[in-house]
Amino acid sequence: MPSEAGPATGETVADHVLEFPGGYTRTTGPVIGRFLTELRDARIVGVRTAGGRVLVPPLEHDPDTGEEVTGEFTEVGPAGTVESWAWVQAPLPGHPLDRPFAWALIRLDGADTALVHAVDAGDARAMRPGLRVRPRWRAERSGHITDIEGFVPEVTRIVSPVRADYRLRPGRALARFLEGVADGVFLGCRCGSCGKVYVPYRLSCPECGVPITEEVRLPDTGTVTTFAINNLPDPRAPEVPFVSAYIQLDGADIPMIALVGGVPAHEVRQGMRVRAVWVPPEERVPAPHSMQNIRWFAPTGEPDAEL
Amino acid sequence: MREVAVVAFAQTRHSAVDEGLSEPELLLPVIEEVRRRSGLRTFGFTCSGSCDYLAGAPFSFVSALDALGAWPPISESHVEMDAAWALYEAWVRLQHGDVDSALVYGFGKPSQAVDPYRLMTLQLDPYYLAPLGLDQISYAALAASARGADRAELDEVVRRSRAAGRANPYALDLPDPEGEEAVVAPLRPYDIAPPADGAAAVVLAAGDLARRVCERPAWITGIAHRIDPHYLGMRDLARPASAAEAARAAGVGKGGVDVAELHVQFSHEEPVLREALALPPATEVNPSGGPLAANPVMATGLIRIGEAARRITDGTAGRTVGHAAGGPCLQHNLVAVMEG
Repeated sequence: MPSEAGPATGETVADHVLEFPGGYTRTTGPVIGRFLTELRDARIVGVRTAGGRVLVPPLEHDPDTGEEVTGEFTEVGPAGTVESWAWVQAPLPGHPLDRPFAWALIRLDGADTALVHAVDAGDARAMRPGLRVRPRWRAERSGHITDIEGFVPEVTRIVSPVRADYRLRPGRALARFLEGVADGVFLGCRCGSCGKVYVPYRLSCPECGVPITEEVRLPDTGTVTTFAINNLPDPRAPEVPFVSAYIQLDGADIPMIALVGGVPAHEVRQGMRVRAVWVPPEERVPAPHSMQNIRWFAPTGEPDAEL
Repeated sequence: MREVAVVAFAQTRHSAVDEGLSEPELLLPVIEEVRRRSGLRTFGFTCSGSCDYLAGAPFSFVSALDALGAWPPISESHVEMDAAWALYEAWVRLQHGDVDSALVYGFGKPSQAVDPYRLMTLQLDPYYLAPLGLDQISYAALAASARGADRAELDEVVRRSRAAGRANPYALDLPDPEGEEAVVAPLRPYDIAPPADGAAAVVLAAGDLARRVCERPAWITGIAHRIDPHYLGMRDLARPASAAEAARAAGVGKGGVDVAELHVQFSHEEPVLREALALPPATEVNPSGGPLAANPVMATGLIRIGEAARRITDGTAGRTVGHAAGGPCLQHNLVAVMEG
């Protein structure tokens, strides 16, 4: 055995490998041999005991009684149910998969015992007792337990893309409002009956049910009345999370919905004073896309308003 | 049944690292110590337990005889198992009645294996389990998962075992458990008995010889071992039937149990074994720290019997249980009951 002096410690240390060159040749016997032969053909079989149980993988003797099994083989699975599992986050050399996976006891359909194998579930959170799995077969099979690369969860969900295309016109009231925004102005209206000021501009009062004729120009400052922190991406928002808020423009009686930016989401609060942030004049677009001209509302730095 | 007792026990100060001693060099002091304690220089029978795969060489156990002085030829045997099973063989041998004493020893140097847990893959069946590369931590994690062990319960097992180990001069000094990262979930690093290099020896003596060489012999009033099917999917990993059956056959339940030393290689195995052996709630489990405080592989099980016997011989307990396990997921279980 070759030895070498360890340079760091000066100790005498030798690397040593115990290996049978080429591996042992083992006969399988008729029972295990049948199982492995069927595996090569991408089938899984169990063997029936005298008591009627189906052992998978097959053994030559019933572990309960020691009796010889019957010699009756029956196809099981290929699907099965996970009974318990252990999650391997860092696979070792020699493990069936080189990415995180689960060891599992899998009760194949039609079997009375559980098979030990790997489950390629991607994430530990995908594992649960009762999980239904199926084998993923190796393309080149030789009659070996690893002819099954691993088991994979059954299909229980799909992703459905949903998309429809439209051409929208804003209607007269909204068209008027968007023209105002294109000019850098928020247009609202005052009800001649109740005196309430609405923004965006509208043609009738929702409370009184009467037409509105008086147009009002509102400033681009206001107060956050309520807000939500959104964690799902939205094409109109710059980043996740973003804040959408009800902003009551100064002089209006109802709030309108808009993004709040220029401030960390967790600092946004009810009563916060904000002002619209307009894109530079040379980047502005005309109606009906003029809302793009408002990036978002940003804090003014004034003291909070009483709501 | 012939009366047989543990009359002497010794173990090394187990080490988590290779301290540069060969196996016979590890053994020599413990053999000397049990010879001194028992006053016996020669024995009617000698039996050892070890694993050639730990040494990486076939028949490596033969060289361990160098620690005994086996000339003129002695009556000797070996099991490729934990030395608790060597003790069982010696106990059976003493039942023959023609010899009155036996020396039993076990030893292991897991530090020599680059990965001792992957070494244990070699004990699995070569058709269905070993080709998967199922290592010792992986299959133990499957059993822990089948048991559904409670994290707080496991942490407490480890905390108590390590604290006891710190008070035991032969065990490792390990801190209280901390850290949440799993090796193979649900097992965390501290749930795993730390492999250590070490050895242990026991002297068994029968009848009058035992009374002559030992003030308080630890009489073996029951000893039995049972085995479960090997394949992990053919048995209930959370409830090892063989452990329960061995305990029944050894008569654990025929009296109170002051102390039980259990071969707990993974923290979940303590509640599993406590249940299987039907130990009374008052039983103190692994006061030595158990394997979770030092696991000198192949001597660990014998040390459980030795520690349980020591509590009889030093007069601090009246009835104790030693347990040893072999194979994957507590497949094979041995239980010895000792009384003063």
